[in-house]
Amino acid sequence: MMELMVAIGLGIVTACGLYLILRGRTFPVVLGLSLISYAVNLFILAMGRLVPEAPPIITEEAGYSDPIPQALVLTAIVISFGMTGFLMALAVRTWHQTGSDHVDGAEPKTVGRPAGTS
Amino acid sequence: MNHLLVAPILLPMFTAALLLVLHRAPVVMARSVNAAATLSLFAASVAILTQVESGTPLVYQVGNWPPPFGIVLVADRLSAFLLLLTALLAPPVLLYAAQGWDARARYFHPLFLFQLMGLNGAFLAGDLFNLFVFFEILLIASYCLALQGLVVERLRATLHYAAINIAASSVFLMAVSLLYGITGTLNMAHLAERVALVRTEDVALVRVAGLLLLGVFSIKAALFPLYFWLPALYSNAPAPVAALFSMMTKVGVYAIIRITTLIYGAEAGVLMELTSPWLLPIALITLVLGALSAFGAGRLATMTAYLTIASVGTILTAVSIGGAAAFSAGLYYLAHSTLVIALLFLIGDLIGRSRGDMSDQIHPGPQIGRAAGLGLAFLFAGATVAGVPPLSGFLGKFMLLQSVNGAMAVVPVWTVILATSLLMLVGCARAGSIVLWNVTDPLPSDSAHAPRAGEWTALAALAACSLLLVLFAGPVKHYTDETAAQLLSPDSYIDAVLGPQREGLVRPLQTGGLR
Repeated sequence: MMELMVAIGLGIVTACGLYLILRGRTFPVVLGLSLISYAVNLFILAMGRLVPEAPPIITEEAGYSDPIPQALVLTAIVISFGMTGFLMALAVRTWHQTGSDHVDGAEPKTVGRPAGTS
Repeated sequence: MNHLLVAPILLPMFTAALLLVLHRAPVVMARSVNAAATLSLFAASVAILTQVESGTPLVYQVGNWPPPFGIVLVADRLSAFLLLLTALLAPPVLLYAAQGWDARARYFHPLFLFQLMGLNGAFLAGDLFNLFVFFEILLIASYCLALQGLVVERLRATLHYAAINIAASSVFLMAVSLLYGITGTLNMAHLAERVALVRTEDVALVRVAGLLLLGVFSIKAALFPLYFWLPALYSNAPAPVAALFSMMTKVGVYAIIRITTLIYGAEAGVLMELTSPWLLPIALITLVLGALSAFGAGRLATMTAYLTIASVGTILTAVSIGGAAAFSAGLYYLAHSTLVIALLFLIGDLIGRSRGDMSDQIHPGPQIGRAAGLGLAFLFAGATVAGVPPLSGFLGKFMLLQSVNGAMAVVPVWTVILATSLLMLVGCARAGSIVLWNVTDPLPSDSAHAPRAGEWTALAALAACSLLLVLFAGPVKHYTDETAAQLLSPDSYIDAVLGPQREGLVRPLQTGGLR
């Protein structure tokens, strides 16, 4: 049951992230990438099997939760945090320099849609 | 234990950290420290290459933790070859950058070394997670290098590049953790043993993980549907940075070679040759589109960027044909293309600089200064990249064409390689004749932008490397042959990492699957 809920939750978060990275403005893209990296972090944790109330070391008694995914997730969190921060700074800089927060650095030339909607 | 193997990672890392501390020091000092580090890196790479020549891969257990529990660095022939190629490319690029450009580029020297650290680490990493970590290191360094100057085009290209790579990293992590969840290991040698043992109901998941990895590496290598980030990034990046980036797509190629030969290689049972139905058509399409786009490019830098894509297509054509001869040809072509594309980026920059506002657009413009020297250099690079005999591009393509003989794919491969070679030749000839001969303003422009001696030396060094690849084609071919043989029988790699007696060393495959 717990696995099913985690899986569904991950699916929803990933879908939201995918939707957001397909948007045309930089801020939704950054948010979308963060959401995806959250989902991935949880996925890594889930790959060590979801074992409640078990120590992350191997003991005489049966049952432990795999410590390696926990270590991996720590690294992944740090890296994705750094990368997201960098991307955010880059997006802000591009916005300052081009005057547009569109991912292409310029407002699209399409007609029929008021400027500002992404 | 042989500590030589950490040198290609630790040396650039500590030197870069030192240069960050000293970033207010005069630029001459940063140059000399960086040059010393880069040259020592070259020496270390040569030393590693001579040690793996015998055929046993070098293994370094970080912190002396035995694999598969600890982190290992492994240098087999392929890793050593790519380490040496990186170390060969770095000094000329550094020399070119040190002719004044680096004084305006903030933090160029530390970033250059961090990039080298990421590249070397990716080649040496013995497990998938560290491969991921070193990818991130080289990516973050490459973002900052590509941004130098904060011009709008660079910002835009880097934004796209960063976004696609962060998404790719997420997919990479997903694939890595999926493999871990099923096999219980991340060590590549150990994975090679274990994917053959997965239960039948898990085979599909391992296959998914493999294809996800292939997708991620295709983004790094700039393969057909996933290369759209590359032309804008490479053509707008500063020339020395673009020249260094010619090695970056090769990391993706390396990773594809590594997982297809080691993890999904000869021992993988039902998962063997997972990627083969996909890779050849994709590689050929990449090659065709790269050559066509290079032919129609509007700037020299854009042309070179598309030639990078075409070169990746050629190498992966070789990889997907499979077999020792094709692998060997692909590796030879990899060395050739990296050096020559770096050379073309630098020549394009020099030509563009002396044409004033016309820059490097392939359009009639003012006469360039030092037209004879630059023209000859362009002629040489263009002919080499297109594969005119007897230059290195010809040898690489010739070996590749020979290696397909008898295979099923002989007709499409011969057709595409020969047609794209012609296309590249005509494209380079067109670009060169328009830029160098179709002169609207016969007066030479001022000599302020004439190439300096150091820049000529950098060009000469890269050209000489390409010529040496021809002169010493025999020994190089011998080495790549041995490398291909080693890749195709991964036992020596696995034995070197895990040791000969490895039964009972590790916990058994998780019984519950995904409980």
